[in-house]
Amino acid sequence: MSSTELVVNGTRRTTTSDPRTPLLWVLRDDFGLTAAKYGCGIAQCGACTVHLDGDAIRACVTPLSRAAGKRVTTLEGLSRDHSHPLQQAWLAEQVPQCGYCQPGQIMSAACLLARIPQPSDADIDDAMAGNLCRCGTYLRIRRAIHRAARVGSKAP
Amino acid sequence: MTRRCIAAALAAASTLALPAAADPAWQAFLDVAAVLQSPRCLACHVADDAPLQGDDGHRHVMNVKRGADGRGTPALRCTACHQAANSTVLHAPPGAPDWRMPPPGTPMAWQGLPPEALCQSLRDPARNGGRNLAALEDHLRNDAIVGWGFDPGPGRQPPARSRGDLVARFAAWRTAGAPCAATESSHAR
Repeated sequence: MSSTELVVNGTRRTTTSDPRTPLLWVLRDDFGLTAAKYGCGIAQCGACTVHLDGDAIRACVTPLSRAAGKRVTTLEGLSRDHSHPLQQAWLAEQVPQCGYCQPGQIMSAACLLARIPQPSDADIDDAMAGNLCRCGTYLRIRRAIHRAARVGSKAP
Repeated sequence: MTRRCIAAALAAASTLALPAAADPAWQAFLDVAAVLQSPRCLACHVADDAPLQGDDGHRHVMNVKRGADGRGTPALRCTACHQAANSTVLHAPPGAPDWRMPPPGTPMAWQGLPPEALCQSLRDPARNGGRNLAALEDHLRNDAIVGWGFDPGPGRQPPARSRGDLVARFAAWRTAGAPCAATESSHAR
């Protein structure tokens, strides 16, 4: 049985799951990190978004083998106490409605702010276009990203 | 007299251009062009900033864009979804190593180009990513993302010719001087 080692939220972790297993199930079932959600399973909705070496990826279609030896960050790893500027902005703007897509939304937003600390509306629209929200919270998401940018969001 | 007439006719014929269909080098390029302008190649070789999808060539959903380096925009990189191989899951994104578009400075856009213009753009290093013709042939022969076009997974038609046939037709055109018209002189490099 093969084992795969990766660094999840700053901690070295090992799993014996099949290397073809989608990273999402390794995070949720092997490591108990349930923020990233299963939505569509085919990279069409973005609910499963996490970071792989700083890039936003869809964990539902990413095989575990791709993450071997790399850094994975989930929503749980953004901060220990919900103090990340994006999490604070999400609260301040009361972004979520049902909330299911929001972990993926925040992780994409964190990746955006790490690359473009002061994004325009167009930057936000481009970066967030792969994260769907059936509740239609898009305008609040955009406001929250601008708010987080104003307080100097620095994504991990 | 008859022999002299035949000789004169042959001499005259030798100075005439071959019609397009009879020029083997140009015909080889037309075969290449048909592949390059298939939906699989045009998915990324577009003038616009958005890649295309499907056999109908519709704009990529999710407002996906080329980005500054041809690999997508921040937080929506090509490899956010495209893996190193096709997925076994129905309707999941196709995959190949180093999934990308041409960079914005040299988009290598072939959409809608007539064969002569496509040919000229391929021969021009300023428009083809700085490649000579041998390097272009190597791209067709060895680049993994080109290979994906011939094994695109379910729901997508591969080009009409095989990859080996494409490379052979390209080589035939290149070694014959890479003409960009039926009557053009050699451009071999």
